[in-house]
Amino acid sequence: MTVNINPLSGAVPGPRHESDGGSPVLDIDHLQVNFATDGGPVQAVKDVSLQVRKGEVLAIVGESGSGKTVTAKTILGLLPETASSSGAVVINGTDVISVSAARLRHIRGRDVAMVFQEPSTALNPVFTVGWQIAEGIRAHAGSGGKRISAREAKSQAVEALRKVGIPDPERRVNYYPHQFSGGQKQRVVIAAALALNPGLIVADEPTTALDVTVQAEILELLRNLRNKYGTSIVLITHNMGVVADLADRVVVMYQGDVVEEAPARTLFAEPRQDYTRKLLAAVPHLGHHSASEGLTSRAHQDEEVLVEANNLTIEYPGRLGTPAFKAVDRVSFTLSRGEVFGLVGESGSGKTTIGRAIAGLNRTTGGSLKVLGYEMLNLRERTFKPLRKDVGFVFQDPAASFNPQLTIGDCIAEPMVIHTKPSPAQARKRVGELLESVQLPSSYAGRYPHELSGGQRQRASLARALSLNPRLLIADEPTSALDVSVQAKVLDLFRDIQQEFGFGCLFISHDLAVVDTLSSWVGVLYKGRLVEQGIGNQVMGSPRHDYTRRLIASLPVPDPQEQSRRREEHRALLGI
Amino acid sequence: MSTTDVPIPVANPREPLYRRLPVISHFTKSVGLQRGMLVAGLVLTGAFVLTALFAPLLAPFGFAQLSDADGSFPTQQAPGGKHLLGTTVGGYDVLSRVIWGAQTAILVIVVAVAMSIVAGVVLGLVSGYIGGWLDRILVVIADAVYAFPSLLVAIVMAIVISGGQSSLVGGIFAAGTAITLVFIPQYFRVIRAETVRLKAEPFVESAKVVGASNIRIMTRHIYRNATRTLPLIFTLNASEAILTLAGLGFLGFGIEPSSAAEWGFDLNKALADTTSGIWWTGLFPGLAIVLTVVGLTLVGESINDLNDPRLRGRRRTGGKNPAPVETAATAAEVRNP
Repeated sequence: MTVNINPLSGAVPGPRHESDGGSPVLDIDHLQVNFATDGGPVQAVKDVSLQVRKGEVLAIVGESGSGKTVTAKTILGLLPETASSSGAVVINGTDVISVSAARLRHIRGRDVAMVFQEPSTALNPVFTVGWQIAEGIRAHAGSGGKRISAREAKSQAVEALRKVGIPDPERRVNYYPHQFSGGQKQRVVIAAALALNPGLIVADEPTTALDVTVQAEILELLRNLRNKYGTSIVLITHNMGVVADLADRVVVMYQGDVVEEAPARTLFAEPRQDYTRKLLAAVPHLGHHSASEGLTSRAHQDEEVLVEANNLTIEYPGRLGTPAFKAVDRVSFTLSRGEVFGLVGESGSGKTTIGRAIAGLNRTTGGSLKVLGYEMLNLRERTFKPLRKDVGFVFQDPAASFNPQLTIGDCIAEPMVIHTKPSPAQARKRVGELLESVQLPSSYAGRYPHELSGGQRQRASLARALSLNPRLLIADEPTSALDVSVQAKVLDLFRDIQQEFGFGCLFISHDLAVVDTLSSWVGVLYKGRLVEQGIGNQVMGSPRHDYTRRLIASLPVPDPQEQSRRREEHRALLGI
Repeated sequence: MSTTDVPIPVANPREPLYRRLPVISHFTKSVGLQRGMLVAGLVLTGAFVLTALFAPLLAPFGFAQLSDADGSFPTQQAPGGKHLLGTTVGGYDVLSRVIWGAQTAILVIVVAVAMSIVAGVVLGLVSGYIGGWLDRILVVIADAVYAFPSLLVAIVMAIVISGGQSSLVGGIFAAGTAITLVFIPQYFRVIRAETVRLKAEPFVESAKVVGASNIRIMTRHIYRNATRTLPLIFTLNASEAILTLAGLGFLGFGIEPSSAAEWGFDLNKALADTTSGIWWTGLFPGLAIVLTVVGLTLVGESINDLNDPRLRGRRRTGGKNPAPVETAATAAEVRNP
């Protein structure tokens, strides 16, 4: 411990991967956090000890409820009043758990800063971004004895914006958050975190709210920060691809405990613990287990055509004086019985709008959309209602798609009650069968939605969609609210049930790897247009359209070595 | 791969029904000051309700009684003796009238709140769910009613309904309808806002996708989720209803003393007494109003706080919170000199 490098000396180029044995920037020792809840105290973090060295990117991964976010919040002293913590979280020699609020304010921003998950809510919409970055600068300048002028603070804010690659920072420092795109907003948030050159940045799911192409840019930015300024980063994420892309060292958490800690390459190559192995095996990996392996032509083409879209256009009326917004622009495709059509695209690409239009939740405004032979352009609820029993729908968020006041049994029976009016005994019997077909015990019929876990709820949701043996099923991001291990199970179940029942399925997702494991025919949407469709592994393996190429190149895969190769390819593609 | 998908333990296999009733579940959830407020409110409200129920047993005399076997009551007698709280200028027994007044108050609350809840919930559901021009018109009307001073509406309704007569039923309905009219917009707005929010919830869309009719969606899916805040508005409005009734009585639009006892009316009659140093005719009806309103408001506010997980107080974990933090701090200092 004789070698001592001041962790705050910002501009020294940081060590790449191996640490130099200097004193750690962050040292968490036997941290324990309890929350007081209505059901008594809950231990969110049981016993966590970890260290972050200078210039190191430490990823804390885990599924929901593993305590990773609570650990991150403890580093900045951001826990709510109901929490009580013990142990030590030492940043540059100060234990943030025991210091006074005033001292803590000193530390925040100067020694450690935070990047939040959702950039649009982390920025205050009524102030310019420059003001918001300068706020932190001025708050800390006052404490050092000398005040800082507004102009000086602003010029520092411009500097921070330049660091994170916002073009034309002198002008854009006066912009409001809504004038930036999602990825740029996240850059601004990072700029605000960087403004005082903190030695440590805590990034809580910094790319989860962003599209994959934007995610790649933000990861690139974070990597540059580390390389150029030697900033240490604690990266909280559930995404193994992100970990493979950015992290030097990985801490795997499960139910409040550290399960495994290892350098990233070692962890992915030879995980030691069972839990880590299972977790890694559950992560969908682009190109592995493709549903379309070995296919040369589109399957199920001799079957009945369930959905036929021909130059389908869906517009949302604009506000007074603005033109209508084209969410879906001249899209044509067919979906046959027995086929799983994977529809991928980033946010705003119109994929959900198409799914909702097929289910009659949105109106179409142009072209033709035939669902089970019914033309949706002149949709009338009364005439479409008889067909509704043939269309099932699985929603994204299983927690919100069940009425909290009804039991799971009532919810699953509802389609039957409406369409076939069975006797209560018949309905109960059928609900039991359905629950068993989605691998839930039939006694769950009497439970309320909040008494089930996320994965169980999504299975119940599948049971509800299947209750009338529909010919067509629309699944709108059915697994994106679930943890990876749960997602893997639900996807397995989904695949089995689809093969058993043989319905046609429109599978909507933003996750290319998930779509690839499930659907043989894939369509790629970009800004409302279907830019490419084809056999899954061909689209993923040798994309023809520029956008698809970019999309696939920017998807991080859960394997550090393969990912570093892909990263180079991605850079080459973008011409960096 | 049974990592997080293991069945989450359902902590308490559904508590018995009586423990899930609104006020009782709130009581069990509360701690500290919040529980104190709730208990104080419940005691005051309970006393009010019991007084109203057992008024015939509790009150020594009738509300309009002016004499008994011993002859006429003395007028303006100070508290003490046969008339514990004294008598008024007309010779009524103050204690009896305060007790009987609770009965009138509770009738008005029941009539007013029941009518406004029914109307407000139905209108709010329909307006919020159907939307469009119907929604816009109803919202404008609700806003317009807000703009009226509630006492003015109450006075007009009192004249229209009772036509100058002031029987018990007529008086109660006049006051009740007036209060109803003023309160409908409150229920309407709350239910409408909830309905608009719930309409976009996936579970409502999921009901639409399976082909549920609009009426089924409104009654089965939205109604039960939208009415969860009603106990709160109910308690708050009940106290306002009493104040409006008292205001009406005070202005002379209440119920004649021979038809029923009414606190506001008694306060009005006590006005003239204050100058001559007769304090008991005004103090006790006034206290009755204050205590009832405070009781109901305390219950309402406590329920409001307890419903919100962010405002709800909880016992600290472990009970001996500061101790481990202290030791951790010293340990950290030892390691980092």
